[in-house]
Amino acid sequence: MALEKQRFDTLILGAGGAGLNAALQLANANLKVAVVSKVFPTRSHTVAAQGGVNAALANVLPDNWHWHMFDTVKGSDYLGDQDAIEYMCREAIPTVYELEHNGVPFSRLPNGKIYQRAFGGQSQNFGGEQAARTCAAADRTGHAILHTLYQQNIRAKTHFYDEYFAVDLIRDDEGYVLGALVLNIATGEPLLIESKTTLLATGGCGQVFRTTSNAHINTGDGMAMVLRAGLPLMDMEFFQFHPTGIAGKGMLITEGVRGEGGYLINKNGERFMEKYAPNAKDLASRDVVARSIITEVREGSGVGPEADHVLLKVNHLGEDVIAKRLPGIRESSKIFAGVDPVKEPIPVFPTAHYVMGGIPTDRFGRVMPSADDDGDHLPGLYAAGECACASVHGANRLGGNSLLDILVFGRLAGHNIIDYVKENSAHRSLDEASVEQAMSRLQKWDAKGDGITVSQLRNEFRKTMEDHAGVFRVEEMMVEGVEKVRQIRERLSQVRLTDHSSTFNTNRTEALELENLIDVGLSIAVSALHRKESRGAHSRPDYPNRDDKAWMKHTLYWMENDRLDYKGVRSQPLTVESFPPKERVY
Amino acid sequence: MVIQESDLSNIERLRWQCRRGMLELDVLLEAFLEQHYGDLPPRLKRLFVQLLEFPDPVIHAWCVGGEPPEDEEFLQLISTIRQTKVA
Ligand SMILES: Cc1cc2nc3c(=O)[nH]c(=O)nc-3n(C[C@H](O)[C@H](O)[C@H](O)COP(=O)(O)OP(=O)(O)OC[C@H]3O[C@@H](n4cnc5c(N)ncnc54)[C@H](O)[C@@H]3O)c2cc1C
Repeated sequence: MALEKQRFDTLILGAGGAGLNAALQLANANLKVAVVSKVFPTRSHTVAAQGGVNAALANVLPDNWHWHMFDTVKGSDYLGDQDAIEYMCREAIPTVYELEHNGVPFSRLPNGKIYQRAFGGQSQNFGGEQAARTCAAADRTGHAILHTLYQQNIRAKTHFYDEYFAVDLIRDDEGYVLGALVLNIATGEPLLIESKTTLLATGGCGQVFRTTSNAHINTGDGMAMVLRAGLPLMDMEFFQFHPTGIAGKGMLITEGVRGEGGYLINKNGERFMEKYAPNAKDLASRDVVARSIITEVREGSGVGPEADHVLLKVNHLGEDVIAKRLPGIRESSKIFAGVDPVKEPIPVFPTAHYVMGGIPTDRFGRVMPSADDDGDHLPGLYAAGECACASVHGANRLGGNSLLDILVFGRLAGHNIIDYVKENSAHRSLDEASVEQAMSRLQKWDAKGDGITVSQLRNEFRKTMEDHAGVFRVEEMMVEGVEKVRQIRERLSQVRLTDHSSTFNTNRTEALELENLIDVGLSIAVSALHRKESRGAHSRPDYPNRDDKAWMKHTLYWMENDRLDYKGVRSQPLTVESFPPKERVY
Repeated sequence: MVIQESDLSNIERLRWQCRRGMLELDVLLEAFLEQHYGDLPPRLKRLFVQLLEFPDPVIHAWCVGGEPPEDEEFLQLISTIRQTKVA
């Protein structure tokens, strides 16, 4: 049967905040836009963001974008590109106002202005007093943003392909991206979407690790598509872990629990944070707490039949405090950990939360194919959101800056695509070889017979990533980890589907996702092994210091031969002076 | 949304609808589908299919957030969902 084809000016893979904000700019400019999403758009992971989005509106306390920029550069542990960071912090203000005008119901002050919350890492006056920079729509910010952008896109006549799975990019010999092969999940039918430009907005990849706060859909599909197209991923070793996820499950137990007086204990009931951070104890920074938990477990002080987690004790706070100040935590623990925190401590373990690295782009959302910063970008290919790395988060991201990133760079990519399509108004001719290659990736899963199941290999892979490329990273175990993941990649060819039906075949979708996870996992493991310093979220007990002389550079990883290259950090902002690296103090 | 009889028995489709934007819902709804959905009377099956059309924060508030729905029927369904073994 002939492959069905559709043509659009622009194709957007992903309907989270990044994809939808880009689509809206394009549809408003009367371009013919297709948005593909594997789940219904408002079920994208952006819906989980409750905290809010940063912008220096100065509605509650004095603030300006330059202070926001300082905090972001510092938070990035000086690995962020300062031109992109300046741009993001300036654009934050009009971006939030545009959302407001589009109908996002931000929480308000009595004077009618947008209310702003204070969060860690926000300062006035370049490191001075606490700032209040986060705008929220009650505790449903992500949902409010997605819902508003989706409605606006419907109005603007964006064409949605809901429950379609993007398989691979289609490219020609000259490197132009011509669209993508997608799969209709409901029917199992492939569809070729040809486009003059393609934007990847497929979100994060937390599912690479066994314990993660990310939804099941976060499998790094767009990142893996880029790798298979022979392009690099950048700074993949930088992954933010939240110290307290429900053990073995990943759901977040907020910092607020320790803020209210909850504390961590090991199998002997010892309050171990006193040992690692005598002053801050359980309120030490996220990475310190996460590493301490792992150290306890590695040294045999873990709890449970596998001795693989620690406990968060809250019952001493009393039922009233728990009910009043920590609503939700009790329910969550009861359902997902099977314990009532009023009576028993909650089993916890660090949970993979946010990937700072991703598809390298310049400040305009254009994908950069090489380590040559002044070199050409890839014609017609863009990326935005958590799957991308414009390098605004560097080695660690601040809370509230990632919704900002997806919105600012989604919008900007949209504007740049409009210009590109003006200059490149014709579709290029299709490259059949590339289509066949993408089709063969689909068809290989038709193979029948006995083999490893998807879930078997997936469990093994995610555990390996957690043990060998997670929070605790020392040379020997990382070398072992890379080898193990390579072997797992080899064994992918032995995986067989247990279901060969065509409609809503979750087994097949999960097989495609598993392949993506493994490709992305290797980029993390290999990049992390070679960065011999500790910076931001990447911590190497065997190289405990930040080394600005040798390592103030971005890692680029290519799938072919697991090749690495490096490129310098862009320390020169657009209009202001550069912030030079300063020692990190806890 | 108009719910057809065939929607109730299309487990594969429902399984994909249980893929959400929040991990809590992924885990809880998928486990519920496996463990309890098949034993529900048609009335509650229909209600579950309806529930999946609600926005994530609403389902989250009802099932996990300690803000149960006011509607009696939904309340009954949600209490069954909350009894699902995921731990
Ligand atoms: C629990 C939690 C709370 C958070 N809270 C905050 C917060 O308060 N503030 C903040 O700034 N950040 C927060 N973050 C981070 C933030 O939510 C994410 O970084 C951000 O929402 C990512 O948006 P996105 O548009 O890049 O991708 P997503 O919203 O993840 O969307 C990705 C889209 O791509 C689609 N897709 C993926 N693969 C495919 C494929 N193969 N085919 C078709 N479609 C595909 C998906 O269907 C989806 O539509 C939080 C993260 C978590 C886990």
